[in-house]
Amino acid sequence: MSAVLVVCEIRDGKLTKPSREALSVGRRLAGQTGGELLAAAFGPGAASVAPETGKLGASKLYAVPHESLKAYSTEGMTAALAEVIAQTQPAVVLLGGSSDGRDLAPRIAARLDAGVASDVTSLEWADGKLTARRPVYSGRAFATVEVLSTPAIATCRPNAFPAEESGDPASEVVEVTHEPVEAKARLLESRSPEAGEMTLAEADIIVSGGRGLKEAENFSYIRDLAHAIGGAVGASRATVDAGWIDHQHQVGQTGRVVGPNLYIAAGISGAIQHLAGMSTSKHIIAINKDPEAAIFRVADLGVVGDLFTILPVLTEEVRKAKAN
Amino acid sequence: MNSVVCISQVPDTEARIKIASGNRQIEEAGIKFIVSPYDEYALEAAIRLKEAKGGEVTVISFGPDRVAQALRECLARGATGAVHVKGDLSDIDSFGIARVLAAAIREVPHDVVLFGKLGVGTDNSLVGPMVAELLGYPQINVITHMEPGEGKVTAHREIEGADEVIEASLPVVLTAQKGLNEPRYASLKGIMAAKKIPIDTKTPTDLGLSEQDLAPKVKITSLELPPEKQPGRKIEGSDPAAAAAEILRYIRDEAKAL
Ligand SMILES: Cc1cc2nc3c(=O)[nH]c(=O)nc-3n(C[C@H](O)[C@H](O)[C@H](O)COP(=O)(O)OP(=O)(O)OC[C@H]3O[C@@H](n4cnc5c(N)ncnc54)[C@H](O)[C@@H]3O)c2cc1C
Ligand SMILES: Nc1ncnc2c1ncn2[C@@H]1O[C@H](COP(=O)(O)O)[C@@H](O)[C@H]1O
Repeated sequence: MSAVLVVCEIRDGKLTKPSREALSVGRRLAGQTGGELLAAAFGPGAASVAPETGKLGASKLYAVPHESLKAYSTEGMTAALAEVIAQTQPAVVLLGGSSDGRDLAPRIAARLDAGVASDVTSLEWADGKLTARRPVYSGRAFATVEVLSTPAIATCRPNAFPAEESGDPASEVVEVTHEPVEAKARLLESRSPEAGEMTLAEADIIVSGGRGLKEAENFSYIRDLAHAIGGAVGASRATVDAGWIDHQHQVGQTGRVVGPNLYIAAGISGAIQHLAGMSTSKHIIAINKDPEAAIFRVADLGVVGDLFTILPVLTEEVRKAKAN
Repeated sequence: MNSVVCISQVPDTEARIKIASGNRQIEEAGIKFIVSPYDEYALEAAIRLKEAKGGEVTVISFGPDRVAQALRECLARGATGAVHVKGDLSDIDSFGIARVLAAAIREVPHDVVLFGKLGVGTDNSLVGPMVAELLGYPQINVITHMEPGEGKVTAHREIEGADEVIEASLPVVLTAQKGLNEPRYASLKGIMAAKKIPIDTKTPTDLGLSEQDLAPKVKITSLELPPEKQPGRKIEGSDPAAAAAEILRYIRDEAKAL
């Protein structure tokens, strides 16, 4: 009862970034519990990620290859994960903080009578308990929580834990059989309105625009830099409410909470609800023509100036730097 | 079609958070409390369902005396009934809240049970799906669109870079995301009418729950303010080329993002 089980998601045949991050912190935790690091994967390609989960330190990969788990469904996945947990009896179950991870964690917790620490930014195992630190009040405070149930469940905030490979050999695959459930909800279709655009959740770099852009067309200033640098496009709520950009791009309290390595804010004033969504970014650059703008209080590099003159030059410089 | 909307009352999104003595809770004095923003989308969706299909909209909140105010606000906007489960939440976790809400929901007519996708403040995103599991209902989480059908609903679930269209049979748990609708304000008439609707007040014990049932599995051991961020460097950007060069240097040498 000291294993750490990490629920892995696969996209395009590879582990997703949140899953890689969860495995990495899981390995460190397993060192503390004195148990094995175990991975679980679902759907027809489940076993194929064994080399990857192995490299990230998992000794075994519990693969539930059932066809019915090809696409995520709450009820199907809850049943399948419950089977893996029953077999492995872990002390800790970790999930990446993706949409599916956050959908599944509370559901499996309620099924097992277990507690969840959600969206954690640090995890320790001490005195036989999982202790987590997590931002609350949109980052205006941090709570330290103990999870007292067995298993203890946590979802890991994306980008909070670096993915570290150990170079271990492939995980040993343990195949788990699954009885498909009669689901009351079913997926009719999946639409990607902006296929090809990088999503905020997984981006290492985000370039965000605010009302300082003046009009919808000028989001091209933001998109051009984002494409050049290989980042995602973010936005303030004011621009989303104005209809300049889809709300999938909104960063903040009522948008996405992000924590990339680099966040560039242009023409964003830095309202508290916006800061709530991005202030934990590792590096923040702000461009604003108002020297008093609140965004400068969280910026590591603040540039007092006109985004319309600075961004095109910067985009060009980034392109050149990338070409070299 | 009857709806239930679970309402959490939270500190105003602009409130300055202070830590109360004991370092486990925030200082509530001087803080304005509001209906959690995502719960407003949930309520609006329920009111629109009622307008389109008839039925009741019952709002439920579990919490101390002050949450009655949040329930009143929801009645003023168009909810037709309210249940206040009284209790101090300081030592209750999401699962305890889910248990109480599940028990309260069982007592009122419902086809659709709505939540916010996240309670602003606790920032957990746990209670809705936990209630769904406790009641054995399907869930569609983080929805930006919904359409009622015969014995079912269809909703759009927002995930990374895509929208999933999901159909679920009733009763169903839905959690609301921004974009679902534009919540209305309360009208004066609504505020007056709301005053006449009694709030059904009960305790977890009335719902058959023991202290044991509500014992937390997740315990807050300490609460602290984030470390004050050191102000960064500020440069003058009237020369675009110089500004761009400095930004590029920062991106390359400090953020190591090139
Ligand atoms: C309950 C609630 C939830 C909210 N949730 C969110 C949320 O999730 N995300 C969010 O972002 N907001 C949120 N808000 C809104 C928030 O309060 C602000 O209104 C919003 O963030 C402002 O957006 P903005 O910075 O783009 O616009 P503004 O505040 O208008 O700022 C525009 C900035 O652009 C600068 N500027 C103008 N021209 C130029 C130029 N040429 N070059 C450089 N700079 C220029 C100006 O100096 C100004 O600072 C929420 C509000 C509430 C009440
Ligand atoms: N004490 C409560 N009373 C009623 N509903 C609640 C309560 N706490 C949470 N909720 C509901 O659950 C949603 C998610 O909350 P949370 O899991 O805390 O992020 C909220 O948006 C509310 O709809």
